[in-house]
Amino acid sequence: MHRNLGTEFIHVMQKRTVVRILLIFTLVLNVANLFAKEPQKGDDGGKVNTKSEIDAYIEHHLQDSHDFTLWSDGETGSHVGFPLPVILLDNGLKVFSSSRFHHGETIAEVDGNYYKLYHGKIYKTDAEGTINYDEDHHPTNAKPLDFSITKNVVTMIFVGVLMLLLFGGLARSYKKGALPTGFGRVLEPLVIYVRDEIAIPNIGYEKHRKFMGFLLTVFFFIWILNLLGMTPLGVNVTGNIAITVCLALFTYFITQFSANKEYWKHIFWMPGVPVIMKIVLMPIEILGTLTKPFALLIRLFANITAGHVVIMSLIALIIMADNLYVMTPISLLLTIFISVIELLVAFLQAFIFTMLSALFIGLAVQDHEHH
Amino acid sequence: MDKLINDFSFGLFFWQAIILLVLLFLLRKYAWKPILDSLNNREEGIKNALESAEEAKKEMQNLQADNERILNEARAERDGMLKEARQLKETIITDAKAEAQAEADKIVAQAQATIASEKKAAIAELKSQVAELSVEIAEKVVRKELANKKDQLELVDSMLGDVTLN
Repeated sequence: MHRNLGTEFIHVMQKRTVVRILLIFTLVLNVANLFAKEPQKGDDGGKVNTKSEIDAYIEHHLQDSHDFTLWSDGETGSHVGFPLPVILLDNGLKVFSSSRFHHGETIAEVDGNYYKLYHGKIYKTDAEGTINYDEDHHPTNAKPLDFSITKNVVTMIFVGVLMLLLFGGLARSYKKGALPTGFGRVLEPLVIYVRDEIAIPNIGYEKHRKFMGFLLTVFFFIWILNLLGMTPLGVNVTGNIAITVCLALFTYFITQFSANKEYWKHIFWMPGVPVIMKIVLMPIEILGTLTKPFALLIRLFANITAGHVVIMSLIALIIMADNLYVMTPISLLLTIFISVIELLVAFLQAFIFTMLSALFIGLAVQDHEHH
Repeated sequence: MDKLINDFSFGLFFWQAIILLVLLFLLRKYAWKPILDSLNNREEGIKNALESAEEAKKEMQNLQADNERILNEARAERDGMLKEARQLKETIITDAKAEAQAEADKIVAQAQATIASEKKAAIAELKSQVAELSVEIAEKVVRKELANKKDQLELVDSMLGDVTLN
């Protein structure tokens, strides 16, 4: 088990180093471009072609959105996509279509309340849509609780339905015969892989069955979402902190609720050490249970976000370039290269998340042998 | 960190939790359970089939070994019987030979004994006849001696001539 964690750690470190080097590389190129070209802001409509505009565009892409925008034309200001329902909890439930924001350009008036979409968040404003700022340039307007069906929620529902169809189909195919047919032949080895390479080595054969549902669901959920993040749909679900927090919390609660007596004993009253050490170790161990899922959520979030930033920066090189004929092939090659790595990362992060979840669960349920 | 907390959307968290819970429930019921059950069943089936094949193979080997053993035993028995028969034949022959020899010796010995006794009897008879003849001769000699000396001698001569003729 320690060996597994060790090799996994090394893999992650190697991969991180690669990502880091590439990030630095991209940054250097970006900075070079910044000096090469004078930023000309505001005189060419909504076109995205300056350094700061690209930064804003990337940041915007990384964030959740209240519309499902497939692409937008900056010059004419038209967006192609479809609006999504906005659900606000502000003195009662307010449900309306996000089309009423017109991509943040207008103020939506619902039941006498005015709402404005500002940097991806909905603020309550007056009829003119005034946003007040504090000294750090953060808006001070009231933020109603936002339960909107956003782009990420739609994507997750889509992935959920997809998984139900795929794996429900696989389950049904077993009724016809012992061997799966069609796409099930691709899915079955993956299910077996999760069971034999992730669940059983970490949790043990006797106890793995109970946690298979969670591990399989999380593995495929993260993986499919990661892969969708690489499509031009432009969704970035697993690079969203709320998503990874939720996933990590699931692992945390499952670990804590399935933990056996031995596990709690090791946390609150570490056997085999002096009493003073027991008291000192207690808060450290309690904190330790929290740092494990925290590592999970940060790892997934940071890896996926970094991948998106790198790919979008490399694509942006084309726009920033002085010489399109030189820069386009370089940018394309680099983007393809990083995309291939990201394909691997998409799997790797799903694998690592599931693997570490299985490891934490395994640590909590295993019978300790006293050495 | 400040940005991360600022980016944290409670709504998204809420929906994610609900979607994940529903997904977990539905997938567990309609996908993972049947999939893992059938996988287990299939693997058990394969394992059992392999085991029984192994068992059958072992049984076959046992049977073959049994056959081989029985065949070997039969062969050994046949060899033993043949050997015994050969020995029996030899002993019978040697016995017969020895018996025949003994019988022949006995017959020869008996014949020799008979010959010897016959010879003895013949010699004894000859002796007695010679004795009788001698007595007769002596008688005749004695009788003639009483008449003529010359006649006596002639008589003896003729008598002796008779003896040799006899």
